[in-house]
Amino acid sequence: MSDTVKFHFDVDGSDFSSAGEASVTVKKKLRQLGYPPEVIRRVSIAMYEGEINMVIHANGGTADVEASDDEIVIILSDKGPGIPNVELAMQAGYSTAKDHIRNLGFGAGMGFPNMKKYTDEMRIDTVVGQGTTITMKVRF
Amino acid sequence: MKIKEIGNLLDAVCLTGESHLDSEVISACCSDMMSDVLAYVKDQGVLITGLINPQVIRTANMMDMICIVFVRGKKPTEEMVELAEECGIAVMCTEKRAFEASGILYAAGLSRSAEGKHV
Repeated sequence: MSDTVKFHFDVDGSDFSSAGEASVTVKKKLRQLGYPPEVIRRVSIAMYEGEINMVIHANGGTADVEASDDEIVIILSDKGPGIPNVELAMQAGYSTAKDHIRNLGFGAGMGFPNMKKYTDEMRIDTVVGQGTTITMKVRF
Repeated sequence: MKIKEIGNLLDAVCLTGESHLDSEVISACCSDMMSDVLAYVKDQGVLITGLINPQVIRTANMMDMICIVFVRGKKPTEEMVELAEECGIAVMCTEKRAFEASGILYAAGLSRSAEGKHV
């Protein structure tokens, strides 16, 4: 098995204007590594949605990306409020985002469904009051 | 349609470098909701929006879009323009409103999807 390239980011939750920076960096790195455009696109969209979610709902967290020959794994981990009802959160159009987030162009309740759509595997480990870890895999 | 033609059709001012202006685009998306851009855009090369924040640029980057048209006279910040340059995205501003700008580009041949190109 060949080497896996790993990236780690601390996602700042205090400043919305920086939300999405990690995903932009990952996209650039994956292009440099020569991954196929369609794979990069799927990883980018899924990670970006997740990163924005972490900033909106959990005051930031960490993002780890592991890129190997046949899959890219994205792990987003936060110490936010957790998700009381994952099934409900997965429904298209369901959102708990406040109006000020909608005014920034987000919070349409499409983040989770979109993350699932663009990845081959999506796992949500969440404990209310402790935090959430989302693991997504894109295979190719 | 070349990106520079979009600028001409919309009387728009281009804020990024000349290098992107000869790139070809065949479709566009108009929205102020970046969530919807992320959920519904497939192969649109142009984003028409009146929303101003860095996530507009980042969203376009994630979706492989290569041109953003800011409508209603909205002006992106210097930081946004720099980020767009880094991402290879052309940024322009027009005084026209979203409906009018979209209509002009649609009438001139831009479609809502690469497959569904109208004539």
